[in-house]
Amino acid sequence: MAAKRKTPVKSRNPDLIRGVGKYSRSKMYHKRGLWAIKAKHGGVFPRHDPQPKAPTAAEKPPKFYPADDVKKPLLNKRKPKPTKLRTSITPGTVLILLAGRFMGKRVVFLKQLFSGLLLVTGPFKINGVPLRRVNQSYVIATSTKVDISGVNVDKFDDKYFAKEVEKKKKKGKGEFFEAEKEDKKKLPEDKKEDQKAVDASLIKSIEGVPDLKAYLAARFSLKSGMKPHELAF
Amino acid sequence: MPFKRYVEIGRVALVNYGKDHGKLVVIVDVVDQNRALVDAPDMVRSQMNFKRLTLTDIKIDINKVPKKKTLIDAMEKADVKNKWENSSWGRKLIVQKRRASLDDFGRFKLMLAKIKKAGIVRQELAKLKKETSA
Repeated sequence: MAAKRKTPVKSRNPDLIRGVGKYSRSKMYHKRGLWAIKAKHGGVFPRHDPQPKAPTAAEKPPKFYPADDVKKPLLNKRKPKPTKLRTSITPGTVLILLAGRFMGKRVVFLKQLFSGLLLVTGPFKINGVPLRRVNQSYVIATSTKVDISGVNVDKFDDKYFAKEVEKKKKKGKGEFFEAEKEDKKKLPEDKKEDQKAVDASLIKSIEGVPDLKAYLAARFSLKSGMKPHELAF
Repeated sequence: MPFKRYVEIGRVALVNYGKDHGKLVVIVDVVDQNRALVDAPDMVRSQMNFKRLTLTDIKIDINKVPKKKTLIDAMEKADVKNKWENSSWGRKLIVQKRRASLDDFGRFKLMLAKIKKAGIVRQELAKLKKETSA
């Protein structure tokens, strides 16, 4: 085969409509310069002998022929697309969580992780929501933005939030009762430090805006007469 | 109780239904028993059913079907915009529109302001009660 080009060549024959090119066969012959290649090789188009093929190993007959023909499942080469972030959600946007333990809490959006989930924080001191991942579909984006320039979120990714793998303990009969006495897993100190580091500059910029701290501390709820489809967020 | 607001040429009306909902228009001619020819500075002159209009107190001085420029000049002379925005009806509509366009943070601040105002009112009332009972 001829050497591959570094960039694929754009077609020299633009489409007038699909299936019909602008230039005829003879015009294309001239445009591609086939006349120049022929002239260089004395009126003959150059032919390359087929390159010697690497010797293939001799195929052995299979050891086992299955009795029935089993169908192989079709190959699936589908790659999921990266989750599109709603245009209303930008770093520093205040979001309202709609489901889960922190339903109704107003939190600050930090960044979108590789898995498509959103990284948010309360801040923890203000409303008790820690650094957490949240799905875009369970969130209302408000138009209120917090200044997030002093925060460094580079170290947080999906691996940071992975569950810790517990070592399997061999259980005897008597140990079933003892296992229930295990105390709750404590949060490691470095995660607490990460939370404090992220929240420090956030809280400063939040306290700069009047009433914003109380706003983030309060929960959102629908009251009588509020129509969600008519509310502006 | 006699009528006070009449359909006449120059009567300013509020559109209460349809594409031009909430706009102030001037009645420039009457088509028949049910419809009027209606015009405003920012719309094409068109017919509207009276059922779509609510008459206001404001009236301007124009002849039948004036040119757009004449209409605009007459509206400036009668100062329709300011009269409307200072009337209690006009002010109510402006407040309604502003409240509807509040975002979530705005609604929260409104709630805090209402609570504060109610607290001040209650304090004054308690003071007055004390004075009258003393």
